[in-house]
Amino acid sequence: MKAAVVVFPASNCDRDAATALEYVTGNRTRMLWHKDSEIPADIDLIVLPGGFSYGDYLRCGAMAAQSPIMRTVVERARAGTPVAGICNGFQILAECGLLPGGFLRNAGLKFVNKPTPVRVETSQTIFTNKFEAGEVVSFPVANGEGNYFADDETLKRLEGEGRIAFRYQDNPNGSINDIAGILNEAGNVLGVMPHPERHVEPIHFCQDGRRFFESLAAAVG
Amino acid sequence: MPETSAITPQIVAEHGLSPDEYAKVLQLLNREPTLTELGIFSVMWSEHCSYKSTRFWLKQLPTTGPQVIHGPGENAGVIDIGDGDACIFKMESHNHPSFIEPYQGAATGVGGIMRDVFTMGARPIAMLNALRFGEADHPKTKHLVAGVVAGIGGYGNCMGVPTVAGEVNFDASYNGNILVNAMCVGLARADNIFLSAASGIGNPVVYVGSKTGRDGIHGATMASAEFDDDSEEKRPTVQVGDPFTEKLLLEACLELMSSDAIVSIQDMGAAGLTSSSAEMGSKGDAGIELDLDHVPQREENMTAYEMMLSESQERMLMILKPGREAEAKAVFDKWELDFAVIGRVTDTKRLVVKHKGQVMADLPITALADEAPLYQRPWTATPKKPVLSAAEVPAPEDYNATLIAMLGSPDMASRRWIWQQYDSTVMNDTAQGPGGDAAVIRVHGKQKALAVTTDGTPRYCLADPVEGGKQAVAETWRNITAVGGTPLAYTDNMNFGNPQKPEIMGQFVGAIEGLKEAGIALGYPVIGGNCSLYNETNGQGIMPTPAIGGVGILKDMEKRATIALKRWGDQILLIGDTKGWLGQSIYARDLGLTSHAPPPVDLAAEKRNGDFIRGFIESGQVDTVHDLSDGGLLVALAEMVMASNQADDVGAQIDLPDGAAAHAFLFGEDQARYLVAAPQPVAERLLAEARAAGVPAIRLGVAGGRHLRVADLVWLDVPSLREAHEGFFPALMAAPLN
Repeated sequence: MKAAVVVFPASNCDRDAATALEYVTGNRTRMLWHKDSEIPADIDLIVLPGGFSYGDYLRCGAMAAQSPIMRTVVERARAGTPVAGICNGFQILAECGLLPGGFLRNAGLKFVNKPTPVRVETSQTIFTNKFEAGEVVSFPVANGEGNYFADDETLKRLEGEGRIAFRYQDNPNGSINDIAGILNEAGNVLGVMPHPERHVEPIHFCQDGRRFFESLAAAVG
Repeated sequence: MPETSAITPQIVAEHGLSPDEYAKVLQLLNREPTLTELGIFSVMWSEHCSYKSTRFWLKQLPTTGPQVIHGPGENAGVIDIGDGDACIFKMESHNHPSFIEPYQGAATGVGGIMRDVFTMGARPIAMLNALRFGEADHPKTKHLVAGVVAGIGGYGNCMGVPTVAGEVNFDASYNGNILVNAMCVGLARADNIFLSAASGIGNPVVYVGSKTGRDGIHGATMASAEFDDDSEEKRPTVQVGDPFTEKLLLEACLELMSSDAIVSIQDMGAAGLTSSSAEMGSKGDAGIELDLDHVPQREENMTAYEMMLSESQERMLMILKPGREAEAKAVFDKWELDFAVIGRVTDTKRLVVKHKGQVMADLPITALADEAPLYQRPWTATPKKPVLSAAEVPAPEDYNATLIAMLGSPDMASRRWIWQQYDSTVMNDTAQGPGGDAAVIRVHGKQKALAVTTDGTPRYCLADPVEGGKQAVAETWRNITAVGGTPLAYTDNMNFGNPQKPEIMGQFVGAIEGLKEAGIALGYPVIGGNCSLYNETNGQGIMPTPAIGGVGILKDMEKRATIALKRWGDQILLIGDTKGWLGQSIYARDLGLTSHAPPPVDLAAEKRNGDFIRGFIESGQVDTVHDLSDGGLLVALAEMVMASNQADDVGAQIDLPDGAAAHAFLFGEDQARYLVAAPQPVAERLLAEARAAGVPAIRLGVAGGRHLRVADLVWLDVPSLREAHEGFFPALMAAPLN
């Protein structure tokens, strides 16, 4: 697997995503700059990391979605390259139209960081094949605007097409239908609000996030 | 204010200079200052920047040791943590602004202390804080708590630096003056540390970061005065922070620092362009000439006075090597930050400020820094208080009810409501976040870790500033020890009232004596800090509040201890001597007994007991330790029980030693003590070795069961304890405003 992590101004989980990828897969991760419009052809996984891209100004992810690299990310995603957006990365994927829906402020109106139980809804994806469907694992949330929202029609499609990847067991931010992570129609783009990359090493709360990256390594090769 | 105003006594007074100080200005200049010059003197000679009341005393603190690379005097202190790594840290207050505008006051406090650390070449890796609010039911408290916590989180979370530890107290003395002390810990290579002394005649002086606006003018002067009923009117002096820009500034500075283009660098904090340029000139024994026409400006028609006194955030001043401007500019262009050459280093030892072709200020730099007033203010020692004997203190009728009430009281309740609003896990190096004795942060990519904590017990300091000062330092040392760390150095944030009152100055002098004694006895020097005086409203001062931030090292982070009970059957041991000291305990305070001596700190016992326990953690034999502090033994044990795995509670059963007065034994706050839980064979070894080493240690009982049981006095299930402990903050903050 040749993974790349995109760095936007005020991304702040870029290093975390890269070190988790390297820790789990042993492969070196490339960092891509938001102003670049090229993504090397051999990159076979693109990660949009957490953080506060462009200071969350305008709307979380809205400005990053307009950056030069995102045009290329969208092209590559449509051509089938796996793309994972974590936290702010999920917001960017929603803003650029690769995933449906959007985000509101947390229902509690406060930033929240804590380990959160999430249920893996399907193991039939490139992101979750090392989990069991129905299994409850722990990833930490760390967001202020993680309250996922979509209209009824969209929700019906997401639910009906098996595109809910993760669901909160103890909804920390008010997300509709307890949604913590969703897939695009083709199944190669995933947005996940909690941070699998923070539950990887022995010093972390647990190592459930390791299998997220192992799944990708298994699927991508 | 027009630049051409004549300097009247009223204008001098508005600038916070006393008539004597102004007379000194006239004498140093041998002429009347311009308004811009008066403004520059007013901030440079403010208490906030000049430490004029405290410098004499701060010099007495121990600041050296083999681990110290840079002590006080730079933007932050630097210690050696081995393998060529250095840890850079400091704590600083943002008290006055946070009371007036809690969100921005706290946020810019965080931003300011981060800049102090990354201006020296370190990547910030952990944030801590020490917060004091007024009474929980005071009408302003909720608003201030909510704003301060949101501000700390809003800034630190965006920066991507985990906020990992802190402390919070509530007391009526803070009703009109809350304390917001923020500490930043950073990591650098020991051979790539950046200082602030200007050098190299002709070298360019470069401004980077945000544009300059009219915000924060006179912030340093405001922070050097008391509040009155019109304090709200000072809102416009509070700066507004932009963590997004600071994050870019951090990355840009660290990127440029990986080259050798920078001669020296200084953040623009209090008094902005004035203090940064004067300090760089002063430290380098050089002159600085600035042309304000080149300063990036956010607003139109700014005067020299306004630009020199602006406290706009997220700005840095640096001296570059000649010819390196283009290379440096490219880095700041990449991060879309302003970059402007605004002056030169000169050999005149003068600060010369030009604007629109005119010289607006021309001052000898020594007059601003070295010649700043230095006062040895009169002081009176705080009278010693009588010792409170256990017999004078009624025992609880119902120990269960007393413990439940204590665990749910403002000073003792869980702070989860606060710290869940902070990102404590970003950077992926948090081995132990909030809720323990000290946080443990891995040195990225290595096996070692830093242990960090903030502590202080203001009610001890009020009763006896010397013992209270000792205790504040000793408690950080003990908390670092309790996780298995070797304490290396501390930073002090001295929050006091008006130093012109002899009894307040006496509190300061006493606390410094305590800090000094503890630092020397524990081999634990101070490497930087901050003083915040004039924390008074309508003549009423806060409790003397030295907040101490400590840093220690764990060579192997796998060998660390936490407070949580882990195994049924572990033996519960008490290390350290228990006399049952109730004076200034939480228990006595809650009964209204507040005028007695606090627990004395035996620094030799502190060191002996701590070194002993640390040895057992470092050797991997012990993984469960808790320091004893506020609330005493019973609260500490309850905390160990509550911290056990929620899916499988581990309770505790203990009995009292023969002859102990139960309330004094359980609630006394004797110092230098730890609770340890360890399997039987380790416990036996520990007790035997303690006897041999002269460390007091006794077996109290055993971990296990689903209850906390103490003799026949306490019997509570674990969920009841948690409910009381966790319930206070959410209930307080959800209650409607009065």
